[in-house]
This record gives sequence, C-alpha cells and structure tokens, in this order.
Amino acid sequence: MPLIKNDRFIDDPWTHVGLEDSLPSSGDIIVPYARLLKEWDALTRHDGRLGVVFTNIDRVEALSLFLPRLALIALPFPSFTDGRAYSLARQIRETGFAGELRASGNVLPDQLQFMRQVGFDAFEVTERFAPEVWLGASRRMSLAYQRGLYRPAGEAEVWSERHRDAEPWLEQPHAG
Amino acid sequence: MYRYDEFDYQFVRDRTAQFADQARRRLAGELTEDEFRPLRLMNGLYLQLHAYMLRIAIPYGTLSSRQMRQLAMIARRWDKNYGHFTTRQNIQFNWIKLEDTPEILAALADVEMHAIQTSGNCIRNVTTDQWAGAAADEIADPRPVAELIRQWSSLHPEFSYLPRKFKIAVTGAPNDRAAVKVHDIGLRLHKNDKGEAGWEVIVGGGLGRTPLIGVTVREFLPQHELIAYLEAIMRVYNLYGRRDNKYKARIKILVHELGPEKFRAEVEAEYARRPKQETEVEERELARIAAYFAPPQFERLPRWSPRFEEARLANPAFARWVRTNVAAHFADGYAIANISLKPEGGIPGDATSEQMELVADLAERHSFSEIRVSHAQNLVLPHVKRDDLFDLWQALSGAGLAASNLGLAGDIIACPGLDYCTLATARSIPVAQAISRKFADYDRQQDIGPLKINISGCINACGHHHVGHIGILGLDKKGEEYYQITLGGSSATSASIGQIIGPGFAGHDVPDAIEKILDTYLKHRQPGEEFLAAYRRLGAQPFKEALYAAH
Amino acid sequence: MSITEKGQAMTANRLRDGAVVFFTRSGDWSEAIDAAVLATEPQAARALESRGKDDERATLVTGVYLFDAERRDGHIRALHIRERIRTLGPTVRLDLGKQAEGLGGAFPAENGG
Ligand code: SF4
Repeated sequence: MPLIKNDRFIDDPWTHVGLEDSLPSSGDIIVPYARLLKEWDALTRHDGRLGVVFTNIDRVEALSLFLPRLALIALPFPSFTDGRAYSLARQIRETGFAGELRASGNVLPDQLQFMRQVGFDAFEVTERFAPEVWLGASRRMSLAYQRGLYRPAGEAEVWSERHRDAEPWLEQPHAG
Repeated sequence: MYRYDEFDYQFVRDRTAQFADQARRRLAGELTEDEFRPLRLMNGLYLQLHAYMLRIAIPYGTLSSRQMRQLAMIARRWDKNYGHFTTRQNIQFNWIKLEDTPEILAALADVEMHAIQTSGNCIRNVTTDQWAGAAADEIADPRPVAELIRQWSSLHPEFSYLPRKFKIAVTGAPNDRAAVKVHDIGLRLHKNDKGEAGWEVIVGGGLGRTPLIGVTVREFLPQHELIAYLEAIMRVYNLYGRRDNKYKARIKILVHELGPEKFRAEVEAEYARRPKQETEVEERELARIAAYFAPPQFERLPRWSPRFEEARLANPAFARWVRTNVAAHFADGYAIANISLKPEGGIPGDATSEQMELVADLAERHSFSEIRVSHAQNLVLPHVKRDDLFDLWQALSGAGLAASNLGLAGDIIACPGLDYCTLATARSIPVAQAISRKFADYDRQQDIGPLKINISGCINACGHHHVGHIGILGLDKKGEEYYQITLGGSSATSASIGQIIGPGFAGHDVPDAIEKILDTYLKHRQPGEEFLAAYRRLGAQPFKEALYAAH
Repeated sequence: MSITEKGQAMTANRLRDGAVVFFTRSGDWSEAIDAAVLATEPQAARALESRGKDDERATLVTGVYLFDAERRDGHIRALHIRERIRTLGPTVRLDLGKQAEGLGGAFPAENGG
C-alpha cells in the first residue's frame, strides 16, 4: 500500500505486526494497542522503533504511559465518514507527541487536508487515485478560520492574520 | 451587517473551486456516489424527489437587499423562479442541476454568501433571534457571536465528520425567539450578579424522533472562553457520540445515555485538559465583527407618528396588518415590520423572484437595506419608520405579501413534505393550505389569538411539529397518508414537547380536527388565556373528548 | 374494460441534472413514465436492477430503485403516492415538473385514479 509522508510518496520503513504474529528480531514495527498492553516489557526491549495502532474506541489518556517510547501512532478510519480519529489525532498532538501520526483505512484525497490540519503527517493510501490527485489534495483551501491547526499548505490563519499586532507573544504551537 | 473582507472572499472562492473539482471528478466517474454524497451535502446539495436541491445559508437570518436580489436572480436563472425559506433561516431551491452548481456557488460568493455546511454531519449554520439588533428586550445583539461561531465552525477539520448533524442557536434576549432549548447547543446571554454578561450553555436539546429539552452544562460562561468551551463539547461528542445507529447519533442521546452529570464531567475534563490558548485574538475578532453590527443611523424621531395614526384610523385593513405584523422597536419612531409568507391557501415559506426583488427594494427604501428571515418562514424588515409603514403595506399588498396573520392560526409552519422531499412519509403543504383556508377569516384568527401550528412530513421534524402548540406529523399507513396530532408544544422560554392526543387522521379530516380542538379551547378558556396556557391548565382530556367522543 | 398488469418499474435521478428518469424498453432512460418497462416476473425485476447498477457505475444515473407499478390501458401507474408525485411533480404546483411538460403520464397523484 503506497505511503505518503509529508507530501511525498515514500517506501514504508515500518512493518505491521498483528496480535498473533511473531515479533521480528529487529526493525521498525507497528503493533495493535492490545499487544502493547500485553507485551509491553518485551516490546520495550525490541531492537527498532515502536509504533502502535490505536483504535477509535481507545482513550488517549491510556496511552500516556507508553508515549515516550512510541515513534508512530496509526489511527484507522473504518470509513471516511467516521471522524473520531480527527479528535484523537488532536488529543495526541496536544500531549506533545512529535512522532509520526499515520492515517490508515478508508483514507481518501478529499479529506486529506483536514487530516493534515489536525496533525496527521503520514497516510496509507490507495492506488485508485492518481499521485497528483493525492499530492494536490492537501492544498485545496488556502486559509482556515480555526487557530492552532497544522497548516500543510501554509494556510493563512485568518483570525491571527487579522489581528497580527496582537501576535508576538502568541506563538502558535505548531505552525507547520 | 457583517461584510466579507479579503479572507472571507478567498475562503468562499477556494471552497467553490474545490467543489467544482469534486463535481467534475464525480461526473467523470472518479468518485463514487458514496464518496461524493458527503462532499456535496457539505456544500448544501441534496438529491430530492424531483431533482437536486440546493440549500443556501442565511447566517443568523440576515440578508441585505443586494443578497436578496442575487437569490432572486439565481431562482430565475437556474431554478424555476421561486425559492423556499426554511425553519432554519435558510433558502432552498428545488430544481437545481449538479452541473450548474459550481456557477451558482460562485454567484453566491459574489454577494458574500455560500451553502457551506447547510447539510452533512457537521456544524450547521448558526441560527438566532430574527429580531436581533432591533428587539426592545435584548441584552446584546447575538449576531456578532453567531458570526464568530460561523467562522470558527466553517470547515473545522476536527468536526466535519461528526456522528450526525449539529445545530447551534444563540439568543441575546430573555424572551427566547431562537429555541435554544431544542438545539444541540443553545447559548443564552444573561447577566450575573456583578452585571457582567455571559452565556448559559445548554446542550442536548432537539426534536426529530426523540424530542428532548436541553440541559444546562454551564450556568455562566464568560464570553472569552466560549470558543474553547465549544471545542471541548464538540470533541466529547465526536469521540463518544453513537455511530452505530443514525437515530441515536445526535448529542441529545449521548447526554441522555451518560446522564447530564457524567456528560458535564466529560466536557469539563476535556476543557481542563486542553492546552489553553490566549484568547485575545478571539476577543479582538469579536470586537471587529461587532463593529459591523452597530445599529444603523436612526433618525431622532418622536414616538408618535401622526401619519401612521391617521392611516390606521382611515384604513381598517392596514390597521389589521399593523396589529398582527408590526412589533415594537427599541428606537422611537421605528417599528419591526413582519412580512408573512403565508397567504391564504399559499405554500408556507415560498417566494417568487419578483417577490424577493420587491422585498429587496422595500428594504432598501425603508429598512437600511436589511432583511431578516424568521424560523416561522417569514421575512422581516427590522427598522421601518412608523411614518413609512403605510407606504410599505400598500406595496406589499400589491404583491400578495400583506397577509395579516403573524403568530396566528394562518401563520402555519410546514416543511416541504412529500411534494418535494425524498425522506417524507406524507405531504405537509396541502394540509397547511387546507387549514389556512379554513381559518382565513381575520376576526376568527384574532379571536383564537396567538397560535403556532407546525407540520412535518416525517419524523425528522423539519416543521418542528413537537414544539407547535398544535403539531401535525404526516405518516404513511399502508401506503396512505395520515396525520398524528400533538398538543401543547412550545419552543419559547418555557419550552415543552407536544403530547400525542390520540389516533391519527386522514389528510382531508385534519382541518375539521383542528377546528374541534380550537372550539374546545374557545369554550373552556378563561378571559385573556391563550391556547397554550389553556391547554396546560386543562390537560388533554377535553380535547380528546371533542376529537374522539363516540357520535 | 381495462387490462391491468402489475409489476415493477425502475426509476433513478440522472446524475448530471438530477432529473427523474425511468428505465425504458429500449434500455435507456426516459423522463416519461409511460416509456418505462414493467417487469412482471421477479427474475425480470432482478435483471432490471442489475442494469440499473451498471448505469450507476457508468455515472449516467444515481439512486436507482424499483417501485411497484401497474399498466392500465397502455399507461403506467405507480402504486405508491411517493412515486406518483415523482412522476408528476409537486401536487401543490401543477404548473411545474413533468405534469406541466406533458411527461407525467395518465394518472393523478391523489388516490382514486
Ligand atoms: S420533516 Fe421529513 S418530510 Fe419534512 S422536510 Fe424534513 S425530512 Fe423532509
């Protein structure tokens, strides 16, 4: 499955390891949250970076213990109309998590800009759409009214722009 | 009125270009209907019984003459020369082509309008008091905050794929004309002991299949915390609202299932957990917006207008219209003129292009070019000199716009129903027409007094039948339309949900049933007692007897 | 005496303009109900539906569905009021829709027809 990271198609360096799969001896792995809970000790000794698939019914508070050791969190969209992962993504970023936040599942070009604005930076995508459709998809809107979003297309943050002189001490946390 | 700056213009233009591209990809087969549907809905485009329908936002119900003329133009050029004003202060066009939609959206953008989020599982257009900025009882004009919320909620990336649609209403007056208790979030401005203004935050009200009155989660929220607090509520809903069953997906069900205490605790925890941003930008933005809503330059006029009083004495028809359709304005010598879109036997809320243009002209001449759209599907000219009321009335009379029935039996709210709506189980409009004809007599309406009759063509309750003093719900019984009647609903400050009075009626029997109900009221009322008060005092029994007693 | 034949017809909205259309005997879509093909056997109805799905995929139409109808005196009549209104236009605006364009067929929306 093609992977887009920060506006480029790249080879995925990560391997998904399921609940029952045996752990590879090394390499970057993504495991389900349930496995994280069960095998945390073994996983902390794993030779390679560690990522987790966190589902829409899990609560972000539960993740806080593990966060310092995690380099990737994947949030699946069971359907593109299920928007829970947008809130989870923001909650995760609000904890200060700076690793990869990956969208998987039913990811489509027309929601890509929203996903990037809440903090996703990597996307498992389908080949049904041409690469240029994917890469243009997060630049549809050149501005946003909300504050504190990520801004993949350099979106103008309208309210802050309007009141620039109020700004110096208002450094945005992530003016990406 | 609010005016777009370069950012607002850029925003609607980007959005129009984005939709044009999506429509093109749909027509080229690159998007499936399942993928395209949410995209078009978030741009106001439905597929209805006969064609596409485009629902255009009229933020907080305020329109300029220029905007109204553009709506008339759109109706003439791309539709069938009329539009339908809805109970949510929108306008709908019923005969739209998908391939024309990008052009229509561009025409709207030219006059600072759009159709963004008039449908879809997102935050819908914010509604408010149709008399905002003119009502004598107002603490503050709620429209600046409504505009702030409009901007904040437009294409909010976190809250565009909610479990279900989400409606916010705002009122700045103690007499609630915005039905804040039956919205997903209702905001009511009030003052604390220190005389500061703040918001009562009411969550989880709503109509539809499970009508509920909202619960207060914060008694007093300071203005500068509003946006951050709304984000906390929305996030709790987005994460925990039910997605397994569309009929249980509204926030009212979440509030109900968790219980108000637990729900409040979730919201407060989320609010406390989120990193606090400085709110100075919001405050400055609100101040910037508020400047646009400064009252127009009213002339200093005497309260008494001899011209108006003479016309009223000389012309009984004018006097009748004044009595029902004109309301008090805070500025001396001015009045609020309500234009009923409910002529006898007419289609509630429909207006032709010519009527829209006339109203635009009259607003320009008499009301600082300002028009309001009310929840009751009527129009309002909010700032008319009393001296001008007679001229205004004459012009309206000539165009079938002078029905004298505001707030009376003829002022029926009705959704489009099965004549247009693909979700409908029965027609609404013909029932409204028949009742309107039956109670056409002005003196009879006056005698009955204030009355809200609301009709919905299905359980989705777009006609707000649960909060009608008399509510009528159209259903399908083995392929036949029949109608269930509820009594005692109200969306006013003391809101209540109407109770089903008994078995339903066939369409042609509804007007007689309404008559029996009203005759029962007339028989039992105490001096000065309105229908709703009488019903609350008497209970359902006498009405049941009148309707169902064996003959 | 009239000869009545019961079955199912197929309707949809044309994708590009939303117009209500009916699947015809010649395998395309018409705005007039009287051109609709009536499937009188379940098997024929299923075949009809699968043709409809093909045309949805070909982005000609959207919202395809079958509805109960009958043929009387050579004209098609939908059995449910919903489709009769769809066939004619709004009952409260007889000047609009198919009924005003001579495409509405031979039966009124209200029962008794
Ligand atoms: S109440 Fe039902 S019939 Fe009426 S407009 Fe809403 S969805 Fe359509």
